[in-house]
Amino acid sequence: MTDARMAIAADDPDAPRPSENKSSSAPEALAWESRSRRAVTIYVPLACFVFILLFPFYWMSVTAFKPNAELYDYKTYNPFWIGSPTLDHIYLLLFKTDYPRWLWTTMIVAFCSTILSLVASTLAAYAIQRLRFKGSQYVGLAIYLAYLVPPSILFIPLATMVFQLGLFDSPLALILTYPTFLIPFCTWLLIGYFKSIPYELEECALIDGATRVQILWRITLPLAVPGLISAGIFSFTLSWNEFIYALAFIQSTEKKTVPVAILTELVTGDVYQWGALMAGSLLGSIPVALFYSFFVDYYVSSLTGAVKE
Amino acid sequence: MPQTQASPLTWTRRSKQQNWLVRLLDWKPLLVVACMLPAVGLLMVFLTYPLGLGIWLAFTDTQIGRRGVWVGLENFEWLFEDPIFWNAVFYSVFYTGVATIGKFGLGLWLALLLNNHLPFKSILRAIILLPWIVPTVLTAIAFWWIFNPQFSIISYVLIEMGLRDTNVDFINTPWSARWSLIAANIWRGIPFVAISLLAGLQTISPSLYEAAMLDGSTPWQRFRYITFPMLLPILAIVMTFSIIFTFTDFQLVYAITRGGPVNSTHLLATLAFQRGIPAGQLGEGAAIAVSMIPFLVFATLFSYFALARRKWQQGEGDD
Repeated sequence: MTDARMAIAADDPDAPRPSENKSSSAPEALAWESRSRRAVTIYVPLACFVFILLFPFYWMSVTAFKPNAELYDYKTYNPFWIGSPTLDHIYLLLFKTDYPRWLWTTMIVAFCSTILSLVASTLAAYAIQRLRFKGSQYVGLAIYLAYLVPPSILFIPLATMVFQLGLFDSPLALILTYPTFLIPFCTWLLIGYFKSIPYELEECALIDGATRVQILWRITLPLAVPGLISAGIFSFTLSWNEFIYALAFIQSTEKKTVPVAILTELVTGDVYQWGALMAGSLLGSIPVALFYSFFVDYYVSSLTGAVKE
Repeated sequence: MPQTQASPLTWTRRSKQQNWLVRLLDWKPLLVVACMLPAVGLLMVFLTYPLGLGIWLAFTDTQIGRRGVWVGLENFEWLFEDPIFWNAVFYSVFYTGVATIGKFGLGLWLALLLNNHLPFKSILRAIILLPWIVPTVLTAIAFWWIFNPQFSIISYVLIEMGLRDTNVDFINTPWSARWSLIAANIWRGIPFVAISLLAGLQTISPSLYEAAMLDGSTPWQRFRYITFPMLLPILAIVMTFSIIFTFTDFQLVYAITRGGPVNSTHLLATLAFQRGIPAGQLGEGAAIAVSMIPFLVFATLFSYFALARRKWQQGEGDD
């Protein structure tokens, strides 16, 4: 670069001008940018992004608490604000539908499949990363590839399997099938986490006469708690979000999970109860959002850590 | 003193008690098998076997409640003459292509914005991840309400601002429905892309930018010759994931349009569901699902070579 510029300077009589330009722009780039410029290039676009990303949630909440009169009348009421907040929609949802049961089923399914896949993937990740048996790399790669198999191509054969096993219309079908996408992800995440725990600690324990099981239980697992927590959060949110299996395997109203139930039970006939729909969506989002907000630091760091791995 | 006496005692006793069990568990082959069994077993039974079963079903005429017989390529021959199927293939590719470009363009921009020194950075990141955390169906219902033909808030704002006279038609004609779904998908995809790319951006050493500035580079040159190449490995991985999960997307389309109007917004996944489960034609549904596999294999190979390239760039060995 510099050679080329010097060559130009030597040849070209206009050379001083570009170098002047450079000297006037370089300090600006090197030093702090002016405040207004920074505002236009960073804060305004950022504010737009935040506004667009959050607006559907705002709209969902506003709709959930609006009385029907305001909901369908933008002329007399300002649509962006609630004139007289009401809990009617939430009351309807909680006491006139099976919503609490749906919530409970979703919670149980998410919890059980999370525990199941955490146990399975912790053991698998430990074996792959620490026991280092022959071919462990390939097993790791196979598990990673398993994550790339989407539920959309598995739900039809799984439906026939679930039917043959007699699990159709039972939450157990969901608890057993959710690990198909949870285990690959958790294992992948935990392999990365175990990698960050110094191997020397385990060697010390081995020299002190600890068994492999003791090492896993007393040394590796306590150190891996942050990794386990983030894997748990991922699993919980993923199972809470799952839709296609729950739609295909569950038929009776009272056993549905929240996402499926809202779409299939609350949307009936031609008149949509928008207030109740939005209230249902809001209530269904809150548990995940709360769960996530408690552990957001783990979440973001492990997400970025997992990607960095 | 009592402690030093007690610990050898308990130690010897325990080692006697656990003798055979401990030895068995310390035998490495058994331990490996015991550790791998739950994960591999579950994946074999509920992932590998159904994958094979799905491919087999695609060549049979199975229906719900009836075992099928082998019909060869009949399902595929029938599908290849079905304009709805070709429309679903077209829209799946179109949806994936446009949504991926949108997600990555906007996500990269957002990541670059977040990479500056900002106040409340962690809160900002938490807020931005929200669309990705909340169940897709629930946000899709919110979008359904936003896209409502009569009471759309976007229509209201545009009319109030004097930009339009009539309500915007979001989901009632094929092309507007297609674009609306893509917009909702982009909205949902931005956070993940932005946060992943932000992680990639933070690993780039500032000294590279300093060196480039001393050489008199423009901001565009710095982006083009430093940021972009350094980001490419992560970009490739995240893009593979994004392409796979956008191509096989189901929830968003099922929640907002269910494939309508007039089957114009069917993705392969929603078409497979519609033919397979409510209509009961499992064989045909499986054939539609199986026809997604070539695309997925392509995306996976892409991922594999991107990973290999990354290792080569970072000079890592095999691990």
